[in-house]
Amino acid sequence: MEQVLLRNRNKPEVLKLEGYIKAGGYDGLKKALQMTPEEVVEEVKKSGLRGRGGAGFPTGIKWGFVPKDAETIYLCCNADESEPGTFKDRVLMENDPFQLVEGITIASYALKVRKAFLYIRAEFPRQIRILNEAISEAYEAGYLGRGVLGSAYSLDLILHPGAGAYICGEETGLVESIEGRRGWPRLKPPFPATKGVFDKPTIVNNVETLSCLPHIIERGAEWFASVGPQRSPGPKLFCLSGEVNNRDVFELPMGTNLREIIFDYGDGMMEGKQLKAVFPGGSSTPVLKAEETDVAMDFDSVKSAGSALGSAGIIVVSDRTCMVKVAYNLARFYADESCGQCTPCREGTYWLEQIFYRIEHGEGEPDDIDTLRDIFMNIFGNVICPLGDGAVMPLQSILDKFTEEFEEHIRKRRCPMRE
Amino acid sequence: MSPELEQEIKQLASRYPVARGALLPALRLVQKEERSITREAVHRVAELLGLPPSEVVSAVTFYTLLRLPKVGKYLIQVCHTLSCELAGAEEVIEAISQKLHIRSGETTPDGKFTFLEVECLGACDMGPVMLINDQYYPNLTPDRAVEIIEGLG
Repeated sequence: MEQVLLRNRNKPEVLKLEGYIKAGGYDGLKKALQMTPEEVVEEVKKSGLRGRGGAGFPTGIKWGFVPKDAETIYLCCNADESEPGTFKDRVLMENDPFQLVEGITIASYALKVRKAFLYIRAEFPRQIRILNEAISEAYEAGYLGRGVLGSAYSLDLILHPGAGAYICGEETGLVESIEGRRGWPRLKPPFPATKGVFDKPTIVNNVETLSCLPHIIERGAEWFASVGPQRSPGPKLFCLSGEVNNRDVFELPMGTNLREIIFDYGDGMMEGKQLKAVFPGGSSTPVLKAEETDVAMDFDSVKSAGSALGSAGIIVVSDRTCMVKVAYNLARFYADESCGQCTPCREGTYWLEQIFYRIEHGEGEPDDIDTLRDIFMNIFGNVICPLGDGAVMPLQSILDKFTEEFEEHIRKRRCPMRE
Repeated sequence: MSPELEQEIKQLASRYPVARGALLPALRLVQKEERSITREAVHRVAELLGLPPSEVVSAVTFYTLLRLPKVGKYLIQVCHTLSCELAGAEEVIEAISQKLHIRSGETTPDGKFTFLEVECLGACDMGPVMLINDQYYPNLTPDRAVEIIEGLG
């Protein structure tokens, strides 16, 4: 399909403002500034854009939750991309920083935000450098700062690197982190839209979500809504990694078939390997078995297939990989990244890691499978933020769909794949 | 941490009404022996005093005179999360560990290299990947990783 979000990929000249403008950049912002903020919000609502961070919540509706009489409103761009298997925001930022800055500016104008934060994970030093340069250039040329493009609208944009914590990608963890605290997610409600950064109404939007805005404004809501399925429209970035030949980010219409992404765009499985399992939307989404992968990659279809589109980080696992090992790897991740605030998640992820480890290393007991299920039940739905559920969903689905691998490990007291 | 030091901390803890009272003196002892408070030491002290490790870190990062380990001139962070593991991260980690004679969380005695296994670096399309200071090194093999480290001189 026509490349929209990635149209400037591998064109180093667009890293400079002049090159970006030559490539058609900032037409969206110019058009937005001719509209009222309310008209911009309306256009985004009409486009049907759903948040690209993972939850798929309609962006325009989220914006509508900001109280009408609010004096100070903040926008946070969530660039803390940390979901295993996900690297689309990184590709957007390193290839087209101004597209994101323009998107942030349009959103800020629509929401009447005067100060916006770009919260980026500190493990992206090159992307931080690229964005820093783009932001300085935008300030110098009057695309940010006082009187944006000669209008009465002013915007201050702060690039705010994190300090290494998966949990800060959760929007209230991100808000806490911006306030200089540990990134401990908050109880909701209140949602950030009413009470966020320093208790002011705050909208947190993902990099890809904001990068869509220049195109929605420039080409119109109808155009955006016409790409892909009606209920999850728009161009979409899919990240493909794991045991495929071509690991990359692909921009395709929402609703592209998962098998097409793996076998056509991803050039199929690595030599001598067969498809066994796929995490379709990052490591926090339930696994699909090979025979379940004939699914359209949009929010509703993947949900109907029993998983989630999430951040569209597709991780492909082959028949040569042990699913107990996969489960242990992911359990270790969640145990490491649990913020420690809620007991079920802190203790639960710790024990999940321990038990998956001992099963993989031939020290599992027959009771362990029931114990794992018990831990899942005790975490799920009993914690403040989605991290706990995000650990349970993939791990429970691995255990349910590949139970015989776990039983074999316990029975033989070793990993059958380590001959 | 030496067995003597562990014994000393246990003894110290037994003199307090609640073991956690011994946290600060215990950390000072650790620092005296090891020059700084390593990740391993944090976990061991937490275990000895019946505390979650986060409480120990909270203390270490609060008091000016407690020090977390110095990081070497080159901080080598290797991703070990799923996509990189599927691409062979384990072998890369083993090769680096053997080359530098240190394990994750440790620094070479000359203060040159610190080695860390870390969670997802967002470079799943080019795994196995490592970050040395601010520079990404994609598509590693064990040999390539060792070569890069040797190149740092």
